Amino acid sequence: MAVSVDEAVSTGPARDHTPSARRLGGRGRSVLEVALLTVLAVVMLFPVLWMIETSIKENRDVYAIPAKFFGFKVTLDHFKDVFAASGGGRSALSVSFLNSIVVAGVSTALATVLGVPAAWAYSRFSVKAKKDQLFFILSTRFMPPVVVVIPIFLMYRQVGLIDNKLGLILIYTAFNVPFTIWMMKGFVDEVPAEYEDAAMLDGYTRLQAFWKFTLPLLLPGIAATAVFALIFSWNEFVFAIFLTSSDSVRTAPPAIAGLIGGTTVDWGLVAAASVVFALPVLVFAYLVRKHLVAGVTLGAVRR
Amino acid sequence: MGTVAVHGLCKSFGKVQALDGVTLDVPDGSFFVVLGPSGAGKTTTLRAIAGLEKLDAGSVHLDGRDATGDAPAARDLAMVFQSYALYPRRTAYENIASPLRARRCSSSEIAAAVEQMSSLLHIERLLQRRPAQMSGGEMQRVALARALVRRPRAFLMDEPLTNLDLKLRVEMRTELTRIHRSLGATFVYVTNDQVEAMSMADRVAVLKEGKVQQVGTPTEVYERPANQWVAGFVGSPRISLLACRAEGDRLVGEGWTLPRPRWTTAEDGRPLLLGLRAEDLSVEQRGDASLPGELYGLEPLGDRTVVDVRVGTEILKVKARPTVTGTPGERLHVTVDLDRAHLFDAGTGLALSEAGR
Repeated sequence: MAVSVDEAVSTGPARDHTPSARRLGGRGRSVLEVALLTVLAVVMLFPVLWMIETSIKENRDVYAIPAKFFGFKVTLDHFKDVFAASGGGRSALSVSFLNSIVVAGVSTALATVLGVPAAWAYSRFSVKAKKDQLFFILSTRFMPPVVVVIPIFLMYRQVGLIDNKLGLILIYTAFNVPFTIWMMKGFVDEVPAEYEDAAMLDGYTRLQAFWKFTLPLLLPGIAATAVFALIFSWNEFVFAIFLTSSDSVRTAPPAIAGLIGGTTVDWGLVAAASVVFALPVLVFAYLVRKHLVAGVTLGAVRR
Repeated sequence: MGTVAVHGLCKSFGKVQALDGVTLDVPDGSFFVVLGPSGAGKTTTLRAIAGLEKLDAGSVHLDGRDATGDAPAARDLAMVFQSYALYPRRTAYENIASPLRARRCSSSEIAAAVEQMSSLLHIERLLQRRPAQMSGGEMQRVALARALVRRPRAFLMDEPLTNLDLKLRVEMRTELTRIHRSLGATFVYVTNDQVEAMSMADRVAVLKEGKVQQVGTPTEVYERPANQWVAGFVGSPRISLLACRAEGDRLVGEGWTLPRPRWTTAEDGRPLLLGLRAEDLSVEQRGDASLPGELYGLEPLGDRTVVDVRVGTEILKVKARPTVTGTPGERLHVTVDLDRAHLFDAGTGLALSEAGR
């Protein structure tokens, strides 16, 4: 009792302290804040803006000196070139986008299917050396992926996974499963185990209890986690460029990078391809933004 | 049929021994209360019966059959959780229907059963609401309905009234007793509230630190506590304990002597604790069994007044008429009903044999 009273007393002044500290800054600070944020926003957003502008400029405007920010003629030719080959039919870039969709989609789905039940198990059951296992799982994310590119390349060559979409899917899944487990464990921890207990006493098996009662409550968390996994797989460049070579297998990041180089660079095409590449992720993140924010704070902050 | 028997339950969580050899026998159709302070292992016992807890040792028998390893669903039990554990995304109707859906009952059967339960518990108007739209008392009734909608072997209740306000708790106490009587089913009811135990139970098991202290009817537990701890835990105001020893035909304490109760067998000089309940003491002087003391304070409770009297270094709680008055420091005598007094061994805390009583 004495301890709790002391705590109650000591938290009072501490809580009062925060708003008064904020008040000290006053208006001057907020002006500074706005100014700094504006500068930062311009610096951050300029490349994006320039990319979008370049993608809709005609080639002579792209190379114009001085550069034209406004008053150029808008064209969608570059976007046409992204999807259609000049001689008719599909372009190599459009194939790479399709590959990206398949590789990112399948690896995210696999990571979710494997990671969510694993997270549930780690959250609900007493597993031997649970903390060590979880640390081990997390530790696979400690090193930069580049470190293992060469060993993976050699192993893949042995089993014939070089220049193979399955190879990329497997490696992305391997990277996303630990992430999914860690992120989802936070969400599962938030759902009281008693729902499952009650369901089991109602007459459901443990798996049914998970499937029918806990899983629906986890959907926002799964959406948030899947978006992160999707973005990782979609953006991944290093493994993609090392492990694939043919246009029919290559994903979009190395394919777009491949446009740069040679004697001339079609910057309009590069910009258009980049815009197309950035869009799905932006749209997806926008769609699940509510879950994303709720998910990140729910999963990460409370525990 | 609905007998529940557990034998030698042991369960530890890390270094904490939650259950340490708990053995209980719940007869068919009884209202069996497991009573104890928080952390005594009551809930763990209940969860062990339900099959929600993996045991380190011990067995669970349902209707005489060993069910120790059975899945919860196979045990044919229903449980009311302290937190109610209502499914948050589902309406009250769906919550109550859940045990029937799990058993693939037809929707007409389900509708009939839910309707019957909701009228029994007066929750008809809640059926389309979700848990977030209900008050604590309403959720409690829905949780109860979900348990009662089936006729399981036994009902397990984990402090179902703890989260209710006092008025509702008293109401639900009566209602639960009524439901138990009308169903004639076995109830295993966990609580830390001794009033619930005394007023509802056929049998009470008192638990402390994972060990069963005493099992008996509420009267037995109250009148013949097996040890000093049970005596202190059951009863309000708390039983007063005075250190003393037997000397010949007298009990001698610090600054007082009493005639030695006829029934006690304690040898001379052994350190004892004399347990005196407030209602067995009186501030009106009569007879020779009395303790000298001074008035320490008065707690008027409306229907009665609890008088605190200091005897030596101890404070005795004495139940008195509401009209009693006095000023602190005033000398007075407390009359003791020695036939209703309790003696405990000061070392072990165990009650002395009361064979002669």
